Amino acid sequence: MSRPSLLGFLLIAPALLMIGVLFLYPLGFSLGAAFTAGGQPSLTHFEKAFELYSTDILFTIFVVVVSTLLTALFSVLIAGVLTLSETPWLVAGLRALYRWPLFIPFIVAAQCMRTFLAKNGLMNNTLVATGVLEPLQATSFLDWRGIIITFVWKQVPFVTLMLAGAMASIDRATIEAGRNLGASRPRILVELVLPQVAQTLLVGLVLSFVTMLSVLSVPMMVAGSQPTMLTVDMAFRINSYGDYATANALGVISYALSAAAAWIYLRHNVKREVQA
Amino acid sequence: MNDQSQSAALASSAALRARPVALPAFLTGSMKIGSTLLKAAALAVFAFLLFGPLANLALWSVAERWYAPFKLPVSYGLRYWEVVFRPTGDAMSSLATSVGIASLVVVVALAVSVPAGYALARLRLPWRTFIMILFLLPQAFPSVAIYINVARVFYSLGLTGTIPGVVLVHAAHGLVYSVWIAAAAFSAVDRDLELAARNMGASPLRAFMTVTLPLAMPGIMASGIFVFLESLDEFTGTFFVGVPQVTTLPLLLYNASMGGNYQIASITALILLVPSVLFMLIIERFLKADVLSKVGQ
Repeated sequence: MSRPSLLGFLLIAPALLMIGVLFLYPLGFSLGAAFTAGGQPSLTHFEKAFELYSTDILFTIFVVVVSTLLTALFSVLIAGVLTLSETPWLVAGLRALYRWPLFIPFIVAAQCMRTFLAKNGLMNNTLVATGVLEPLQATSFLDWRGIIITFVWKQVPFVTLMLAGAMASIDRATIEAGRNLGASRPRILVELVLPQVAQTLLVGLVLSFVTMLSVLSVPMMVAGSQPTMLTVDMAFRINSYGDYATANALGVISYALSAAAAWIYLRHNVKREVQA
Repeated sequence: MNDQSQSAALASSAALRARPVALPAFLTGSMKIGSTLLKAAALAVFAFLLFGPLANLALWSVAERWYAPFKLPVSYGLRYWEVVFRPTGDAMSSLATSVGIASLVVVVALAVSVPAGYALARLRLPWRTFIMILFLLPQAFPSVAIYINVARVFYSLGLTGTIPGVVLVHAAHGLVYSVWIAAAAFSAVDRDLELAARNMGASPLRAFMTVTLPLAMPGIMASGIFVFLESLDEFTGTFFVGVPQVTTLPLLLYNASMGGNYQIASITALILLVPSVLFMLIIERFLKADVLSKVGQ
């Protein structure tokens, strides 16, 4: 067993081949198409992409960053209640509820929100019926707010699941010590619990960030056409013009955005290792 | 953490907690009621935000006529359910296409990832960590940019708009989960059991087939279910590679919704929800903690 086994390589070859043909090759293709024009290295496609879609690039960054921050806020809140609350029925109720959107496909979530957030949707109708809103104040949320709401609705259960797991495995003695010294529960959450699960939170948020950058159905179905997210622009360039060059330049911009998220994660890791 | 030890810890922390100032009994009493009401209200709002969108979907599926300014459907009925479940309808053929593709995807993904998972868990491989990360990479890139190029490559091979093309795209997407979970499932099998079988004269292949594989089966089943559902729900890849000939349920949903036919879209969405909810309810039986703890190692 000490030498690298030929058998091992043979067993893993088909899987590697599949990743190579269906991921690495198209990835190279996309980089090639984005950075060359007429066989020469060139940045003209990026110029065109920025010229036509700079609003959408900023819009995409805004939507994804706000969604990630809100996801962080709500997941910390829910996981914090699950871990620290002393009201058993509240914990049981929350535990039974929060996971539901986790396995709901994005396209189903998009269809739900398309009806729920509309001007005459169930949300406005409930708010009007309970007297929170005047009928004339009801507006459609089917724009950037709808995209953010759908993303947060879908991603909070995922991050909460990871976070609640991490919080359950930290040493309860520190929490009890804090309680005995008279610290309030919000303070314990922020100062004692969060630093211990920051790593898990960050992993969950980076994964959510990349997922939101990849989803095509939600911006197409929940929001109107302008402004919109880069995924929709890419699909539009391909389906309407067959313009692979500009679409791939937009694709490279979206790689750069997820690389930025990965970089934040790696920097945090390096810092931790230096401290340790 | 299990609930018993958690509640024991909570009880002890509650008992030990010192109250700085003793409040009069009537004041603590009303504060307690106030905080209970607040918690109940917060839980109710949370439940509304979670289930409101789903309730709206369910309402649309039984609404025969619903337009502004009516707050609820004008007339209810199952007419559209009959349209969807008509044997010759688009929905039934899409369902058959979706299930057929998902089953093929499971076969392809498992055929490739069971050997790969075994090799990663048991055999000495150079650059093992690098290979594990390589399987994770597709998750780290925004997929639309990849799929448009896959579609372009497939177009030159005549694979766009065909079932095999869609199966390949879904299988590559599912490979991330199936390889990682299969590797974890094989790692969780006790190596001594294999050695015992070998000592009693079993060939390596026989030891694998009669000892290792059956013990790893629950984890492999879980990864198969996962891949099946991912394929059933997949929209982006099918949107670029499958159109216009291959219409899976998510594409039918999309077309119906964009065409303003909310009833058909909602019923299709409900059909897609069934396996997802079932999965959530049974996954814990398949994916045991000892396998989960090995994922990514």
